[in-house]
Amino acid sequence: MSIIELRGVTKTYNGHVHALRGVDLTVSSGELLAIIGPSGSGKSTMLQIIGTLDRPTSGTVRIAGHSVLDLNDRQLSALRARHLGFVFQQFHLSPGVSALDNVADGLLYSGTPLRVRRERAAAALDRVGLGHRLDHKPNQMSGGEQQRVAVARAVVGDPPLLLADEPTGNLDSAAGAEVLKIIKELSEAGTTIAIITHDNEIAEWCPRQVRVRDGLVLA
Amino acid sequence: MKPARLSLPDVFRVGASGLRARPTRVILSALGIAIGIATMIAVIGISSSSREQLLRQLDKLGTNMLTVSAGNTVFGEPAKLPVEAVDMVARIGPVSSASATGTAPATVRRTSHIDEAVTSGISVQAATTSLLTTLEGGVAKGIWLNDATSRQPAVVLGAKAAERLGITRTGVRVWMGGRWFTVIGILNPTPLAPEIERSALVGFPVAEELLGFDGHPTTLYERSAEEAVEAVRDVLPRTVNPEHPNEVDVSRPSDALAAKAAAAGAFTNLLLGLGAVALLVGGVGVANTMVISVLERRREIGLRRSLGATRGQVRIQFLSESLLLSALGGVAGAVLGALATIGYAMSRDWPPVVPPWAIGGAVAATLVIGTIAGLYPAMRAARLSPTVALSTT
Repeated sequence: MSIIELRGVTKTYNGHVHALRGVDLTVSSGELLAIIGPSGSGKSTMLQIIGTLDRPTSGTVRIAGHSVLDLNDRQLSALRARHLGFVFQQFHLSPGVSALDNVADGLLYSGTPLRVRRERAAAALDRVGLGHRLDHKPNQMSGGEQQRVAVARAVVGDPPLLLADEPTGNLDSAAGAEVLKIIKELSEAGTTIAIITHDNEIAEWCPRQVRVRDGLVLA
Repeated sequence: MKPARLSLPDVFRVGASGLRARPTRVILSALGIAIGIATMIAVIGISSSSREQLLRQLDKLGTNMLTVSAGNTVFGEPAKLPVEAVDMVARIGPVSSASATGTAPATVRRTSHIDEAVTSGISVQAATTSLLTTLEGGVAKGIWLNDATSRQPAVVLGAKAAERLGITRTGVRVWMGGRWFTVIGILNPTPLAPEIERSALVGFPVAEELLGFDGHPTTLYERSAEEAVEAVRDVLPRTVNPEHPNEVDVSRPSDALAAKAAAAGAFTNLLLGLGAVALLVGGVGVANTMVISVLERRREIGLRRSLGATRGQVRIQFLSESLLLSALGGVAGAVLGALATIGYAMSRDWPPVVPPWAIGGAVAATLVIGTIAGLYPAMRAARLSPTVALSTT
């Protein structure tokens, strides 16, 4: 069963900047893939469209069985809350808020009560090896730890699809390896994961590579 | 697929978390609201306390006393009341007590060596023995005039008269109408009849005998049942001076106090206006803070959208933040205003009064301001596209 399905997707900004020029992509449930390409290739646009943060100019997008074109903004928000997890290059953690509450916020828009959110956040932090640092604030943690908190936040709701945008881009290689190890574990547990990267090494590490160049997927 | 609702506690948590991250800015912008609310509460509170004080005083003094003065003739000459006026007033049914004073053509001085022109504003008045009863007054020292002392060269001084003459005890003598009179009493203040406070009072008989008084009263005082005051007022001129009722002036001294109580609320409009301007400026401050906050937090907004927040949920987050911010200022302002009222009232010996409607109005005002100030920034935040918000570095 496919969890991501792009058909003839194009994205044009301001009427003349063609970020995507007709992309077809099918990803089956449980896959671990890298979307790789140099900057400006359109891979970030692809992530935004897969992540339903943006709509294509033309073509069809189906995520977890839902046709994105048929959903309004509220419904897309609900889709993101239930089916998608995001990990960003810059972590995007709330400063001054404990790791536990940062992760618990991953469930804020899913209608889960606060007590349950905190319980599941503690479990998610345990899963990324930070069970002993629940009360630490982001500024008391290393970059690798912060990114692991961000990963915990992305998966706290057990989304079937995890999108990671350059997850190791701001980390040294040791911390990066740590984050990749967690991603591997999540993949083995059944989560579909797409990593957007320009790093060949990470791409080779993934079972499947999707190469993007000039708005097109290379065969 | 429907998005989950954000529970009310979560809305507050999210709003408060935005404030917790920037405490200094929160305090400064809440201060603007606080100053406006404190000003308004203090203005209302202090004028209410002042009114309460006057009303209590009025309550204590009673509003059932009327005074009748001689007034002027149709030719503008000073008129005189008939000698028998007091007795006639006393015979009006609802009247419980009536008395009179008459101005004697004399002055009061400490000694004969003081120039006759130096009267210190003290008038010499003949008084009936019932005067103190009608005024519901009392003596601070000594005794009041009785039938016996009304025939003797004895004088009772009003509170201000005694103070101006420098007399603090009875038994001393004062120089009146070319001879010595002995001070036998000093009165307490009589707020309903301030002219009595500035008088040296002697009996009618002795005034006629020694001070050249003609026996015609100049002012009558009467008290009646509260509900009959208006009826008595209507018949007084005809009773006192049947021949020339038009020459008689009737007044109700408590009316002046009541007017003062009513006026206590009036002068505050300008100050209230000032408070409102301060509040408005505070509201602009909150709006400004919120706009800056939205600009700074584009990444947070993008993140929340990626976590599944709808536009409405982003809007409500910033709206609740703005509401909390101004409510914080409102509560602080209400407390400050109430403290200022209590402090001022205590220093003036007034009963401190902060009307609940003022507090309610202040809370309502801050909620309205918080909503208005937050509306535009919240809409801006909600309109941000998640991709734009996330790509900001």
